[in-house]
Amino acid sequence: MSMNNQGRPTDIRSASNSAVPDTVTGNRGLQIEEPLIFEQDASGRCGVDLPEMPAVASRLGAVKPRAKVGLPGLAEPQVVRHYTRLSQKNYAIDSGLYPLGSCTMKHNPRLNEKMARLPGFSDVHPLQPESTVQGALELMAELGRWLTTLTGMAAVTLAPAAGAHGEMCGIMAIRSAHEAKGDTGRTKILVPESAHGTNPATAAACGYSVEAIPATEDGRVDLEALKAKLGPDVAGLMLTNPNTCGLFERDIITIAEAVHAAGAYFYCDGANFNAIVGRVRPADLGIDVMHINLHKTFSTPHGGGGPGSGPVVFAESLAPFVPVPYVVQEKDGSFRLVEQAGDGPAFGRMKAFHGQMGMFVRALSYMMSHGADGLRQVANDAVLNANYVLASLKDVMTPSFDGPCMHECLFDDRFLKGTGVTTLDIAKALIDEGFHPMTMYFPLVVHGALLIEPTETESKAGLDQFVTALRALAERAKSGDAEYFQAAPRLTPRRRLDETAAARKPVLRWTPEAAVEKVAAE
Amino acid sequence: MRYLPLTEADRRSMLAAIRASTVDDLFRDVPKAARLSGPIEGLPNHMGELEVERSLSAMAGRNLPAGSVPSFLGAGSYRHHIPATVDHLVQRGEFLTAYTPYQPEVSQGTLQVLFEFQTQVSLLTGMDVANASMYDGATACAEAVMMANRVTRRKKAILSGGLHPHYRDTTTTDARFIGFETVVMPAAPTGGEDLLSQVDGDTSCVVVQNPDVFGHVRDYTELGKACQAKGVLLIVVVTEAVSLGLLTPPGEMGADIVAAEGQSLGNALNFGGPYVGLFAVKEKLVRQMPGRLCGQTVDADGRRGFVLTLSTREQHIRREKATSNICTNAGLCALAFSIHLSLLGEEGFTQLARLNHAKAVQLADKLGAVKGVEIVNDSFFNEFTVKLPKPAAEVVERLAERRILAGVPASRLFAGELEDLLIVAATETNTESDMDAFAKALAEVLS
Amino acid sequence: MTIKYTKDHEWVRVEGDVGTVGVSDHAQHQLGDVVFVELPDVGRALQQGKEAAVVESVKAASDVYAPVSGEVVEVNHELENEPARVNTGAETDGWFFKLRLTNPAELDGLMDEAAYKAFVEGQA
Repeated sequence: MSMNNQGRPTDIRSASNSAVPDTVTGNRGLQIEEPLIFEQDASGRCGVDLPEMPAVASRLGAVKPRAKVGLPGLAEPQVVRHYTRLSQKNYAIDSGLYPLGSCTMKHNPRLNEKMARLPGFSDVHPLQPESTVQGALELMAELGRWLTTLTGMAAVTLAPAAGAHGEMCGIMAIRSAHEAKGDTGRTKILVPESAHGTNPATAAACGYSVEAIPATEDGRVDLEALKAKLGPDVAGLMLTNPNTCGLFERDIITIAEAVHAAGAYFYCDGANFNAIVGRVRPADLGIDVMHINLHKTFSTPHGGGGPGSGPVVFAESLAPFVPVPYVVQEKDGSFRLVEQAGDGPAFGRMKAFHGQMGMFVRALSYMMSHGADGLRQVANDAVLNANYVLASLKDVMTPSFDGPCMHECLFDDRFLKGTGVTTLDIAKALIDEGFHPMTMYFPLVVHGALLIEPTETESKAGLDQFVTALRALAERAKSGDAEYFQAAPRLTPRRRLDETAAARKPVLRWTPEAAVEKVAAE
Repeated sequence: MRYLPLTEADRRSMLAAIRASTVDDLFRDVPKAARLSGPIEGLPNHMGELEVERSLSAMAGRNLPAGSVPSFLGAGSYRHHIPATVDHLVQRGEFLTAYTPYQPEVSQGTLQVLFEFQTQVSLLTGMDVANASMYDGATACAEAVMMANRVTRRKKAILSGGLHPHYRDTTTTDARFIGFETVVMPAAPTGGEDLLSQVDGDTSCVVVQNPDVFGHVRDYTELGKACQAKGVLLIVVVTEAVSLGLLTPPGEMGADIVAAEGQSLGNALNFGGPYVGLFAVKEKLVRQMPGRLCGQTVDADGRRGFVLTLSTREQHIRREKATSNICTNAGLCALAFSIHLSLLGEEGFTQLARLNHAKAVQLADKLGAVKGVEIVNDSFFNEFTVKLPKPAAEVVERLAERRILAGVPASRLFAGELEDLLIVAATETNTESDMDAFAKALAEVLS
Repeated sequence: MTIKYTKDHEWVRVEGDVGTVGVSDHAQHQLGDVVFVELPDVGRALQQGKEAAVVESVKAASDVYAPVSGEVVEVNHELENEPARVNTGAETDGWFFKLRLTNPAELDGLMDEAAYKAFVEGQA
C-alpha cells in the first residue's frame, strides 16, 4: 500500500471534556460578543458617500447651525457586521417554534416582503395627486373588500396603526354613535376579567369607566353577571372572541342580543380572529365593531415589536362614523381619497396619512395566496395543532379548562405545586431546549398561566419535538430538580437578567460620560 | 397550499390522538347559526406565487413611483436615498420575524438595537431620554400633549398654526374623546404667531413644529423660557428628522418633550406608512413617558445586557390606569432608522443635512425666477412654500400630466384653504436637471 | 404611640396629631423587590381609603391608600433614591409620608398589631 498520512487530523478528539470553556474573547463560537455602536466610533469614518454639495448661501434665518450631534463614525462593513451579530442574538419564527399564546407567531412569507417593496407601492408619496396613485388606492379598496367579506361587516377603516390603536378607533366610533343619538348618559364599558390589558386601557383613555365581568368556571363570560351589569349607563361591551383562554364564547349570540337590547354596542377584540377566519363571520355573531391585527391573522411580520396594523370593521349601525381618510370608488371606476372629516359624521383622524400601506400590501398578498379555501384551512390547522398540543400534554401538565380549545391551549401551574419550580422557570428551561417560551402569566384569570399557540404553520414533527421537550421538563420538575430550572437558561447569549436593577436605576441610553467612567474603572 | 405543513395523513393521525372524528368537532362551541359550511363566497380561492405577484404588480404598475420622475413632495414624508445595506439587514429573519423582546435572554439583538436607537434619538433631539418609538409623528404628538396634561395636571394645549394639519387633527380627535382642550392657532404661512398670549393657568403645553409645515425655521429658545416661567411644557414637533443634523436641536431650545417623525431615515415613502414616531423627554419626565423603554442591566453572570424596563407604566400592568394604551412600537422601522443613522455617522448625517439645505436653496432660486412665483419663506431647511398665481392643486395636476411631482398644495392639508400656496421640498435625491425641468414646466403651466 | 394597620396592608404610627404611614412587612414580602415609589405632594389633603401613593415592583404597580384622613406634612424623599428601603425596613425607615390627622376617630376602625397578624394569617 502507499501509506499517505499527510494533511489535517480527522478524528474528533476526545469528548471527555465537553464543558463550555471560558474563551479569551468572551465569544463562544458562533455567539459573538458585540459592543455598542457608540463604542466603535472613530472620528472621520463614514459609511456613506454623498453627492456633491452645491455652493449656495445658507437660508436658515436666525437659527444657528448646530455644532455637533455626537454620533459614532463607522464604515459600511462594520455596520453590516454589527447588526448581523446582533440579529444572531435573537430567537425568531424563521429559526423555530414561537408558541407565544395570543401573539400568533406564524410563518411570514417572503413573497409579501417582495410585493411590499415594489416601487409602485413603496416609492409612492402619500400626498401625490390621486391620478398618480390609482393602484395604491385600489389596493386599499381591495384589502377593505377582503376584510369586510371575511367578517360580513358593512364598512372598514384601514387607518389604525396597530391593534390597540384599532380598539381606540372602535370605542371612539361607539361614543360618536351614542352622541349622534343624543344619548350622553352612557359612561361605562364592560370588559371581562380575562381581557388583554389594552382593552381596559383603551376604554379608560376614551373617558369611560371600566367594569370587569367575571368568568365562569369553564373560562367563559358569566352571562348572568353580564346581564346584571347591562343598563342605560353602559356604552358597550369589549369582548375578545375566541377569548384569551383560547375558548370560543358559546353564548356569544345571546350576549350580543342582551347588549343590543340594552342600547349598547358590541366591540369584539379581533386579536384571535385567526382561529375562525374563513369559518365564521363575526357579523353573524352580532358583533358591531372589531379590529383585526394584520400582523397576527394575516402574517405581516412582527419585526421585534412592530409596526402593526389594526384595521377596524363596522356593522351598518356604526359605519357612518369611520374616521378619515377612506377610499371611495367613483362611478367611472376611479378611486378617490376622502381626507377631511369636515361636517360629516366621521369622528376625526387617527394618524398622519392613510394607514400602514406597507402592511396592507403584505396582508393582501397573504390573503390572495391562501384564498377563501386556504384561509378556512388556516383556521382548521391552527385549531387542530393547538388541540394536538393540548391532548399531548394534558396528562403531565394541568389544562385550565375541559374540552377542546381553539387556536391556543391554556395550562396553569397546578402541576408544579410543591416542586419549587415556577412557570417562569419552565419557560427559561424551554429556551435551553431551543424553543421560544409560550406566553407566561397571561391571562390573569388562572394562576401561573402557560398559554401555547403553535399556529398552523408548524409541522406535526415540529410539534412532537416541542411536546417531547415540554413533557420531559414537566417530569423533571416533578422529580424534584428545582435547581436545574432556577439556573436556566444556560445556553443563551445572556442568562437571566436583573430587571430589578434596571428599574431601580434606569440606564436608558449610552452617554460619553459612562464610557469615560468605564475606562477609568478598568 | 404552500404555507401549510400538515399533510392529510398528519391531520388524520392528529385527530385520532385528540379523539375527534373531524376538525368540525373542534368548532362545536360555535353557535350553529353562525357556522359556514364551506369557503366564504365572493372571494377567490388560493393562488400560486406567480399569480399573486402578477396581480399585485399590475396594481403597483398603476402608480407613478416618485423616484421615476422629478419629485418634490414633503409635508411630513420625505424621499431620501436609503443605502442598500439598510434593507438587507432589516430583512434578516432574526429581526424581521421576532416578536417584542419579552424573553430578554433570546432577544438581546432587538434589545441592544432599541438601546442604541434610544441613544441616537436622544442625541439627535438634544434631549435626555427617548423611548423605543411610537406609531408615527402624529400619534407621538398627540401622546406628548396627553403626557403634558398628566405632568402639569392641566388640560389645555395650545397648537401652533404651523403644526402639520394631520398632527393637529390627530391631537384634536384625541382631545375630543379623552377630554382635554385644544386651542388651534390659525395657519400663518407668511408670518409668526403670538402663542404666549394664549397661555393661561389651565395651559399644560404649547406645541410648535420646527421647521413648520410651511418650512419656516425658528428659534424657540425665548418661547421655551417663557413657558418654563409659567409651568407650561414646550413640545417641539419635527417632521423632517434630517433637519436635526443642521439646526439647533429642540433640547437646546428648551423643549420638554420632542415628538418627531423618523421616516426620513431608513424608511421609504410607503404611501404614508409604516413610519416611526420618535419621542424624547427631559430626564425628570421619564416615568410619565408613554411607550416601551429598553434599559441596561447585568445578567446572572454579571455581563452587560438589556431588558424592557419601567413597564409598570404600561397597559399590561396598569390596565385602565396605564399612561397610554400603546402596546406595540414601530420596531422594524426603528431598526431601519438606526441602521441608516449608523451608516451616516456624525460626518454623514451632518453632511446630509447640509446637502438637503443646499439643494432646497438651489431649488428656491430656480423657482423664484419663474414669472408669477413668489417664495414665501425668509428661512427654511429643505422645504419651503411658494405662492402661485393659480390654484396650486390645479398646477400640481397639470405638472403630474407632464410627469413632474411638484409638491403638496396647502389646500390639500388645510381643507380647501390657502389654495394659492404650494409646499415644495428638495432632498439629496433631486438633481439639478430635475430642478430645471420643474422650473421650466412650472413656467409653461403658469403662462 | 400607637401603630395601627388596615386591611389593605398600610400601617400608621401616631405621635401627637401626626401619623407616619407605610406598608406592612407582610405587604413588602408579597410585592417583591420594590423599584419605585411615587409619593404625594406635601400639603395634599388625603381621604381615608383613597389613593395616596404608588409602590412599584418590576411586574406590578400597587396603590397605597391613606389609612386615615389628613394633610401631608412630610414625605420620605429617601425612597426616591433608595426604593429598596421598603423591602429592608417596611415598618421603619421605609415609611412613605407623614400626615396631620383631621379625623383621629378613624383610628378606632383600624387593627392593632395582634389583630393584623391574625388577619394576615387568616388570609393565607
